[in-house]
Amino acid sequence: MTVVSSQTDTEALTLTFVADFDASVQRVWRLWQDPRQLERWWGPPTWPATFERHDFVPGGRSNYFMTGPEGEKGAGWWVTTLIEPPHRLEFEDGFADENGDPVAQMGSVRAVVTLDEAGGRTRMTMVSTFESLDQLQKMTEMGMEEGMRQALGQIDTLLAEDVSA
Amino acid sequence: MDRIFQALADATRRDIVVRVAQREQSVTALAASYAMSFAAVQKHVAVLERASLVVKERRGREQIVHGNLETVRRAARLLEHYEEVWRFRAQSISDILREDPNEPGNEQDREGEKS
Repeated sequence: MTVVSSQTDTEALTLTFVADFDASVQRVWRLWQDPRQLERWWGPPTWPATFERHDFVPGGRSNYFMTGPEGEKGAGWWVTTLIEPPHRLEFEDGFADENGDPVAQMGSVRAVVTLDEAGGRTRMTMVSTFESLDQLQKMTEMGMEEGMRQALGQIDTLLAEDVSA
Repeated sequence: MDRIFQALADATRRDIVVRVAQREQSVTALAASYAMSFAAVQKHVAVLERASLVVKERRGREQIVHGNLETVRRAARLLEHYEEVWRFRAQSISDILREDPNEPGNEQDREGEKS
């Protein structure tokens, strides 16, 4: 895997992330299509994701939750807006409440993913667009909060190991 | 870029940028600093706003103007965090591809790629 480029546009509030993978376009597409594979990489390593629903069709809903080291749960949703297998995928991604319903005030991130064959590898281009700076801030804080809990969880684990040693 | 240069071509506007970069101010307070009408100052602020050099927000009855540099930096910081998330994801994808290069269904894929 090579991260080809990563660009942020502070006015348009976008992140454009480009990476090459040593696999066919079809293979990489299935990492998005198959919920069992998707959940192996969507969440941070210590916050694995579980997709309870993944309607990978235009207009389809996906529901997932991520489980933290302490068993805490953070839920999210997708609405897939466009699918052109195996090259293009567009979806909205947002935070969900404990019932899996979108948390309206958090808004959503619009993601456009394209997969292209590039010299025997697959180039994945992902463009995320945020609604506003405030929304970006809120979403990051929520993510950071999880990151913080994650770090604290790891410290807890280390301390627990130390005690038993 | 043109917009930025145009916006900064005027001495009053340059002064406004410097003032609000140091401390946010209401349009009323700014207007009191210059020998021109409130409307004229408001127009200058609008030009700066279009060039994204300042941000104007309504607070009660006042319009507060502040420098946008901070906003740009804030956006950059937040987007960098999000970028970090994607670096992790790309790494995980790569790990999966190495572990399962030929998961079931690959034969179908090759056909799919031809079409």
